[in-house]
Amino acid sequence: MLAGCSAPVAQLNAQNIAVKGGIVYTMAGDPIEDGVVLIRNGRIERVGPASRVSIPDGYEVFEAPVVTPGIIDTRSVVGLAGILNIPHDQDQLETSNPFQPDLRAIDAYNAREDLVVWLRNLGVTTVHTGHGPGALASGQTLIAKTWGQTVDEAVINPAAMVAFTLGPSVSSNFGGSPGTRSRMVSMLRAEFIKAQEYMARENPTRDLKMETMVKVLNGEMRAMIHAHQVSEIMSALRLQEEFGFKLVLEGASEAYLLIDELKEAGVHIILHPTMVRTRGETTNAAFTTAARLAEAGIPFTFQSGFEGYVPKTRVVHFETAIAVANGLPFEHGLRALTIDAARFLGIADRTGSLERGKDADLVLWEGDPFEYTSRVCTVIINGEPASTRCQ
Amino acid sequence: MNPKVSYRLLGALLCLLVIPLGVTAQQVPVAFEGATIYPISSEPIENGVLVVHEGKIVAVGAAGSVSIPADAERRDASGFIIMPGLVDTHSHIGGGDGGDRSSPLHPDVRIMDAIDVRSDTFKKARTGGVTTANVMPGSGHLLSGQTIYLKLRNARTIYDMLIPDARLRDGFAGGIKMANGTNPLRAAPFPGTRARSATLQRGLFIEAEAYRERLQNEENVPRNLRLEPIVEALNGDRIVHFHTHRHDDILTVLRMQREFGFRVVLHHVTDAWLVADEIAAAGVPSSIIVLDTPGGKLEALNLLYKSGRVLEEAGAEVSFHTDDGVTDSRLFFRMAAFAVRDGMSRQKALEALTLAAARQLDMEDRVGSLEPGKDADFILLTGDPFSVYTHVQQTWIEGIKVFDRANPDQLPYATGGHEIFRGDYFDHYSVGGAQ
Repeated sequence: MLAGCSAPVAQLNAQNIAVKGGIVYTMAGDPIEDGVVLIRNGRIERVGPASRVSIPDGYEVFEAPVVTPGIIDTRSVVGLAGILNIPHDQDQLETSNPFQPDLRAIDAYNAREDLVVWLRNLGVTTVHTGHGPGALASGQTLIAKTWGQTVDEAVINPAAMVAFTLGPSVSSNFGGSPGTRSRMVSMLRAEFIKAQEYMARENPTRDLKMETMVKVLNGEMRAMIHAHQVSEIMSALRLQEEFGFKLVLEGASEAYLLIDELKEAGVHIILHPTMVRTRGETTNAAFTTAARLAEAGIPFTFQSGFEGYVPKTRVVHFETAIAVANGLPFEHGLRALTIDAARFLGIADRTGSLERGKDADLVLWEGDPFEYTSRVCTVIINGEPASTRCQ
Repeated sequence: MNPKVSYRLLGALLCLLVIPLGVTAQQVPVAFEGATIYPISSEPIENGVLVVHEGKIVAVGAAGSVSIPADAERRDASGFIIMPGLVDTHSHIGGGDGGDRSSPLHPDVRIMDAIDVRSDTFKKARTGGVTTANVMPGSGHLLSGQTIYLKLRNARTIYDMLIPDARLRDGFAGGIKMANGTNPLRAAPFPGTRARSATLQRGLFIEAEAYRERLQNEENVPRNLRLEPIVEALNGDRIVHFHTHRHDDILTVLRMQREFGFRVVLHHVTDAWLVADEIAAAGVPSSIIVLDTPGGKLEALNLLYKSGRVLEEAGAEVSFHTDDGVTDSRLFFRMAAFAVRDGMSRQKALEALTLAAARQLDMEDRVGSLEPGKDADFILLTGDPFSVYTHVQQTWIEGIKVFDRANPDQLPYATGGHEIFRGDYFDHYSVGGAQ
């Protein structure tokens, strides 16, 4: 198994690639044993068992024991947060004002950031990234491929969601103002009401914050609320009910205490990194939460989240692995990283599964993608070999 | 009476007094049968038998080759792997601290005076299979204080966890925590440059050399709490655990070690793979950390999965450490698995978690392998040690079970949950802005 990742055998036509897998998890139907994925002009041309899909001449062949779609990280800050962790490369949180929904992720995303490269080489092909937790509204997020030299080359959706936070980190980042959970909710309600009034006005003077909030109110952008504890999660649900925006819960370490409420609200959860440190707002985080959500039928995906120190980013499928080792079914874990993530982010027409016509985003593994010792040996993004070194 | 002797006696007496209170050593031998046993000091044994009695290992071997005492309680361990309890060579469990901001050098500060034995972090570490830990003071000093080696026994007071060491004046095993690179750099009285760091550290060793000479040649030398532990380090009785990242900082440690002759373990050693030959040639062991991603601070930019492999190839001795809370003691095996992912041999990685780590704490006579006469510190694993799907099923220390995954009251310490933990955690980010 361990020797299974092979170098390209031919360099005839960079555009046309054939990937052979001992097992190919297409995430669109059952896994295919001894499968082949044909790639042409950056897109998936054909998928099927080797017995039925022959490799045309001139295709560059890659082979691995396990093949999956590219991994999708549904909440990161990489590209805004950099590897050095010095002010020069930390753009995920602007602390001059706790409410800045107008900050656009595309104005700060560094497509060449080393952390982006690191994740790409480990198989993460798409990131939902942008402004971090820690402000009432820290700014917007974007969705990008981890391939491309500029944000324009990489981006799929330049303005995906607005990142909100309900929790004590806001107080500590903004000198104690807002200083309580109630105050945070009060300030947010005031902003939503202001946005409702702005929306009702004809030809208002442009207000970038309110323009963004109107997009949240009319559903054009989703409100991603970082909330961990029961009271914070309940506040997020209450705000959603009052203003009718599209809510995504992010973090949610006490979600297992609110299974019925979350199920009824039909809200998607971007679950905290499984290995998040159990302190402060995540003291009650559990390795088993993903399994409990899956059991209850609550939709969720995984995230690498935000890290303030070493390591500077987590790796989303490493986090899923620990959830799978603690009761989440393997197949559900893989789905959450691929097709479920793509559907949630609204990009399933392009990525998330190995199906004809989709972008050719593939990861070639030495073995079980969740095993600690299974290296990623080739990453293909948009049909291009983005990494070919095992790591 | 020589005060040195009295302290040693006190240490020994305290241990004699307290151990029977904290634990109940088995009166009858216990035999674990049917497991695959990794003694570490020898080849794995299929269908093995491990016999323990009164806190010690009595016998290890293949079924049929080991005589099981007639009065032994026999336990079926088939399907499990049994290996020694893990030895974490650098941890911050126990909620302790260390030196404060008054000085960059705190040789007189003992972390044993600040440990909460009821801390969540001990419960977590037991679920990860950790049975012995070098608990470190600090961080952010040239010398953060004296470290303490703990057995993670169920404890009422710190004395239940300590390990007697007659060589040391305080009577309990521990080391010294030092650091270079950017970690101790800050406003005066701290150093502002690397060279200043080295000169302050050298100054302390030179002071201690002079004090040692007085102790050897004079009567009634006044006690000096700052220099006593450094003299113990100079004498080789107390190992210096030296936090160091950059390749040139690593070489500075080796240079200082040659100058003063203390025994040292390099800690973190991010750039080890750049100077592995120099480390191996110095015969100095490394205690490494493997993280998911490099970066987060400048000195960690080269922190790659390959450190363990490169050091192994160079012939240098390696252990792992959690640096808990940088990484989680519950997932200590995960770190070794990532070293294996990048080519470290399974055997060396297992040794790094156990016997090599024990050697770095001068405890290889007691722990780190399954051999007759050693402490009965062992764990039962549900599968391959390097698989994500494997759990630590049970953790035993000196013949006492301190964690059992099958116990519903204890399982949550492995998985987390509502009001399981109190949030005890060593926050490397807020402790003096440690870098």
